[in-house]
Formats: sequence, structure tokens, C-alpha cells
Amino acid sequence: MTPLSKLKTNKTAVLEKVEGERRFRRRLMELGLTPGAEIRVIRTAPFGDPIEIEVRGFHLSLRKAEAARIKVLPLH
Amino acid sequence: MARSDKINNQTPPQFVGGGKRNRFRRRGNHAPDISDCGFNALLVGNPNTGKTTIYNALTGFNAKVGNYPGVTVEKRIGECSLGESVINLQDVPGSYSLSARSSEEQVAINAIIGREGSEKPDLIIVVLDGLNLERNLYLALQIAEFELPMIIAVNMLDAAEKEKIHLHLDALSEALGLPVVGMAASKRRGLDVLKNAIVKVLNEPDIKRGPGFLWKPSDELDQDLQAVIAAAEKSGLELPKTESARKAFALWLYTSVGDDDELVGIPDQLRTDIDNLYHKALEDGRDPDGEIITARYAYIDRIAKSIVHRPAARAISRTDRIDGVLTHGLWGFLIFAATMTILFQALFAWADPFISAIESAVGFAESAILSLIPAGLFADFLVDGVIAGVGNVIVFLPQIILMFLFITILEDVGYMARAAFLIDGLMRRIGLNGKAFVPLLSGFACAVPAIMAVRTIEDRRSRLITMMVIPLMTCSARLPVYSVIIAAFFPASEKYGPFNIGGLILLGAYAVGAITALLAAAVIRRTILPGKTPALLIELPPYRLPTLQTIGRLTYERAAAFLRQAGTIILACTIVLWALLYFPRNPEYDHDYDAMRVEADGIEEELAVIENMQVSEKLEKSFAGRIGLALEPITRPLGFDWRVNVGLLGSLAAREVFVSTMGVIFGLSEEDSEAGLREKLANAVGPDGKKLYTPLFGLSLIIYFIYALQCFSTVAIIRRESGSWKWAAFALTYTIGLAYFASLFVYQGGKLLGFS
Repeated sequence: MTPLSKLKTNKTAVLEKVEGERRFRRRLMELGLTPGAEIRVIRTAPFGDPIEIEVRGFHLSLRKAEAARIKVLPLH
Repeated sequence: MARSDKINNQTPPQFVGGGKRNRFRRRGNHAPDISDCGFNALLVGNPNTGKTTIYNALTGFNAKVGNYPGVTVEKRIGECSLGESVINLQDVPGSYSLSARSSEEQVAINAIIGREGSEKPDLIIVVLDGLNLERNLYLALQIAEFELPMIIAVNMLDAAEKEKIHLHLDALSEALGLPVVGMAASKRRGLDVLKNAIVKVLNEPDIKRGPGFLWKPSDELDQDLQAVIAAAEKSGLELPKTESARKAFALWLYTSVGDDDELVGIPDQLRTDIDNLYHKALEDGRDPDGEIITARYAYIDRIAKSIVHRPAARAISRTDRIDGVLTHGLWGFLIFAATMTILFQALFAWADPFISAIESAVGFAESAILSLIPAGLFADFLVDGVIAGVGNVIVFLPQIILMFLFITILEDVGYMARAAFLIDGLMRRIGLNGKAFVPLLSGFACAVPAIMAVRTIEDRRSRLITMMVIPLMTCSARLPVYSVIIAAFFPASEKYGPFNIGGLILLGAYAVGAITALLAAAVIRRTILPGKTPALLIELPPYRLPTLQTIGRLTYERAAAFLRQAGTIILACTIVLWALLYFPRNPEYDHDYDAMRVEADGIEEELAVIENMQVSEKLEKSFAGRIGLALEPITRPLGFDWRVNVGLLGSLAAREVFVSTMGVIFGLSEEDSEAGLREKLANAVGPDGKKLYTPLFGLSLIIYFIYALQCFSTVAIIRRESGSWKWAAFALTYTIGLAYFASLFVYQGGKLLGFS
């Protein structure tokens, strides 16, 4: 299981689980980051943080520390 | 629901203008007002769905804005006219889910089940964004579980068409068993169809209700929910009537209530019970949150297959192309810097002509009153108290309006999210939120609109921290004070190498202010407001053209809220301050001014000097003067005498007033204050012949102004935006405390080092 933060730009992955504190998990999952959802990394902000991902048809920005709690299975 | 009145049952509804409005009256024929109207509808939906545009279109401009009890989120409720009938429409703040952790997030659930200041709704209109239907359906599903009458409005069909996304709304309607209306509200498409649908739903003899649970909870989860219902009943909480709604509310309690929530109206025993249930589930190896959310999305994914058809080849959307430039490296930053510069210019320069116009208007009103009312106490009260007070309030409007026009346009277009995205990396390192950048930057112009802009930050703790440090940013009102002091004590001729001392001090003032702001934020985060920094999750919506009506309405609301809630405080404080400076009216003068006037023998110049002397002495003997004198023992160590103290008292109204108040004390007329004060300060001598004020004093005063929150407009706005006096008081005391000790340090330290 790879942390989402390690996924490179333009790569797609399938979400396996969201770890972390309860409220954080719930927010992310309610936004559609559920096991089995497809995530694509779009870009990283110029300062190296945050990253922009695409999931369920919309774009979301999240910090790398948060992305690290999202475990994914990279697709090729 | 004992509702036997129905919407005027003429079919089809006529949308012609004119005609009598047929309001619903309760039994008894008293005159209707908005609380009397029959049907209550809610408008809910994710952020960025164009909900506000739909709300504006349905209610026109008659909406009233108020407050939910105990919360700083605004309650927007208005009348929606449907042909000859009228219903109440309440706009619930955009949210991704009903689950809540704070009292602000609770607004949605309270509106749905009708508690804490909301009526029970007769209809819920859920606005979905056609471009990402799946995520939007999550909230719709949660609401559906309450089995209330619902209409689904799928908005932004025009954008979906552009992206070649095909939506089968009939299939959606069939799957959910609910009426579905397709719309493109910004192009005014679908509004009539929506109105028709509303009338139709409210007219049904058995109003068509939401489908209830569209997924099946596991047995263990079901047991948990029954336990939550039992615990809620035991605790006395009012529960919905139907089976499905009770379970839906139990679900909400189960996912929202926890040992660290900030919810309102949850009995402690209930909180403990729910917390225990949740932890028991964890111990059993279950994941209740995960089960609930994935079950809902499983249903959504299943039905989405036949509803949403995206083009096979992933085309690069217009938004992606724009973002390629805007969020990327050098160009992104240049555009970001340019945008921020424009905002800055607007607040600093473009607002000026309007501010001058307001000041002239105030001056005009003052002369008008003076010419109409005989001179005396009442005239002075009206002119220097009331009109000056109103002027003090209105003078902020140009900057507030410009600020919010700017922000709402950027948000509507979709750029604000990108700006926060770009700058967050930097802000995070100093412990602040990316969305705090615009408010902090605006603080350099004026703290009042800057603090109002803080509401764009979602997390309450981050909002408070940002609000507490904005006053440390060197606002433009401090400049007149700095320039007089520098001119008096650090003339242009003095240099330090190639640099002008005065210029260095000015630059230093800005730098010290900004750096202290960041340090203060770091300290406050760890001490007064400890807690977790919540995840920064920002949706980056597709770019779109701004809807002028929406922008106009949102800007208007902000300005009105300021006037209503901060304006009253500012006016009151101005009047109090006026009284302190004005009374007692006829003190025992040291000189016989009347005799002096006779001696002056009509010579204009001499009479003017005598007048100024008298005004100066009157100020010295006023309550404010006495307070200034009483404070002297405390302020002497800073180098401030009673005159400066009175100036500081006066500057609470507005920092610039320091200059005019000091001017009057020194016997200058108000108009001559700025020019003359420079000279007076530099040369004033005390009874012992020694200079009253020295360059060291000048430095000490500047240091004091860098830190002190000397502006009750700022205090008033902090109270408004934070929701309590507690934070306003804290900001006032910590900044003045900081200012005091910093000035003390500089003044005494300077004396020790031999400066004077």
C-alpha cells in the first residue's frame, strides 16, 4: 500500500483505505474518497505542498501530510 | 402537520407579474408577516453549485438576513413568489454532508429537522452540480433518509454540456423516486420548471416524500442505531416522528457526536452513551463511519452508471488548461502577485475618493446642523457625537464593499481556491492557513474589512487566530501618526549612512508589525487556542463566468451586516468618547478668557488665539483630561505625559484622531493640527524649561502604536465576527499589554543607554 503523497503527477491509483483521526477520515470519505475510488494526481503546488487530485469527477487540494494518510494501489 | 391550507390551486400556476399575493393565513385573519406564511422550504446543496444564484432568482431581493442563535453563520430567509402564492425559502449554507463537529456545521441538520431556530420544513430542494453528480448525491441521500418532501435540482447543465457529460435525469428521478429538475441557473434556464415543481409537490394531497434509506445497514449497525435512538429518547431530545427519520437522525448523532465535538444542544449523558457505543464498535473490529459512507457511495456508484455518461476520451477541459498556467510555477505566481496587488490598490487607493466624498458629506451635514440648530449642548451632541459617529461608521463602507466585491468575484470565478492552493505551502510553514493570506494582506490597508474577510476560512480556530493577529499589521490609519512623529523628531536631514532615519523607522514599523503578527500567531496557536489544525481540503471548482447578481447580493449582505452589528457599537463609542472630551462644560478656568477677549479689541488673529487657548484648557479639564492625568503615573515610564494620554484616548475613535486631539491640546485649531503639531511637539517645554518630548519619546510612541489596538471599530468588528466580546477583549488587552511593555523597554532602555 502506497501513501497517496508518494504518487507522481498524472498517475492514477485506486484507494484502499483512509487512515487518521476520526473527523479527518469522515470528511475525506464523505467527499468520495472511499475504498475502490479512482484517484489521479494532477499537480503539486510550487512550494511542494499541497497537491491537487481528481476523484469522482472533481478536483481537490490537500496537503502532503494529509495525502500520506490515504493508502492507495497504483495503477499502471 | 396541521396544514389544511394549500397553495392557491389554480393550474397551471401563472407567472405573470401583478395580481394580489395570496398569502397563507393561519386560522384567524390577522395580517400576515413573514413568520405567518404557510409553507417553509429549504435550499440545500454542496458549495459551488450555484445555489445562491438559484436562491436569488427565486426570492428576488426581499430576503432577510439574520443569525442562527449562538452562531456566526448567517441565516438567509426570504419569500419566494409562485404565481399568486408565496412561500418562505431558507438558504442553508453549502455543505458536503450533514455530519457536523461544530455548532456552525449543525445549522444544516437543525434546519432539516426543524430545531434551534428553524421551522420544520415542508419541502427540501437539493441543488446538485451536474459536473460531479456522484459526490453531490451523497448529501441528497442523507437528506432522503429523513423521508421529507424533496425536489432534486441538477444545476450547471450548461457547463456539463460543454464538457460533453451526458446526464439522464429521468433515470435519476426513477432511481430516487423524486422529481428532478435540470437547470442552468446562471443562464436562467430551468427556473420556471423548478417553480412548477415546487407548486406541484406542495399541492399533492399526500405530499410525495423522500425515499428513505436506499441502502441497508448491517445488523450490528442497526442495533447501534436502535441504541442511539433509545439513548436520545432517554436524554429528552426531541426526535422525528417517522421510523426512517428517527434512524436517519440516529445516524447523524452516531457519526457527529463524539468526545471532542463542539456541538450545541447535546446532553452530556447522550454524548457519553454514543461515544461508548462507537468505541465498543471499534473494539469489535468494526468501522461504523466507513460502513455507512461506503454503503451510501456503493448505491450512488450503482445508479450513476445509468445516469452519468462521461466522454470516453478524457478531454482536457478549459479549466485544466487555465490551471496549467494559473497554478503552475512562475506564471502562476506572477498572476497571483498581480491579483493581490490589485486588491491592495483597491483598498489603499481606489477607496480614497469615496472616503473623501463621505468625509465631505459628513462635514456638510455638520455645517447644515450647525446652521439650523442654535449653538449649545444639543448642537454639539448632534454634530460631534452623532454625526461624527455615523461618519466613523460609514467611512468604512468603501473599503468593505471593494474588498467583498473583489473576494466574491474571485470566489465565484473559482480563482480564490487556486490562490489558497498556491500560497498554502508558504502559509503552512508559519502555522497559518492558505486562506488567511488575503485577510492578512488587507490588514495593511485597514483591519476592519480584513477581519471580515476572515470568514472565508472554514475552521473556527484558524479564523480566531487570524483575527487576533490582523490588528498587528500596520494599517493605513497609523501613517498620519507616524508621519507627524517622524517629522517632529527625526527630520529629513538626519541620516544613517545613505539612509534617512525617518524612512528607516517607517520601514521598521511595518516590518516589526508583520513579524510580530506571525510570532503572535505561533504563540496563540500553542497557548490560548491549542488544538489540531484541521485538514486543509479545498475543492477547486471549474472556472466559470461570475454571476453579477450573486456577487451584488453577497457584497450587499456583508456591508449591511457590518452596519447593523458593528456600526451600532462604533456609534455608541464615538458618543461616549465625545462626552468624555466635552464634559464638564464650564470648568474653572485658570485664565479669564472673557476679559482677554475684551482686551483683544476685535483683532481677528488674537481672538483666534484666545479661542484656541480656551478650547485647549477646556480639554485639559475635561473628564478625558482628568483620565489622562490620572494615568500619568503609569505612562510616565514610557515617556508619555497626560497630553499624550488624552491623545491616545481620543485615538480610540480612529488612530488619525490622535493627531487632531494632540493639536487641540497644544492650542492649535483642528485644521492646523497636522502642520502645527510637528513644531509644537518638537519644541514644547515644561515648567522647568526642559523639553517635554524627545526623539526617544517619539520612538516609544511609534512602538506603542505598532502594537496597540487603538481603534474601537476593530474591537467592534472582532466582536461581530468572533461572536463574543471575549475575543474582542482579549485582542484589546494583549495588544495594549504588548505595546506597553515594548514602549517601556525602548524608553527605559534608551535612557539607560544615554539617549534622550
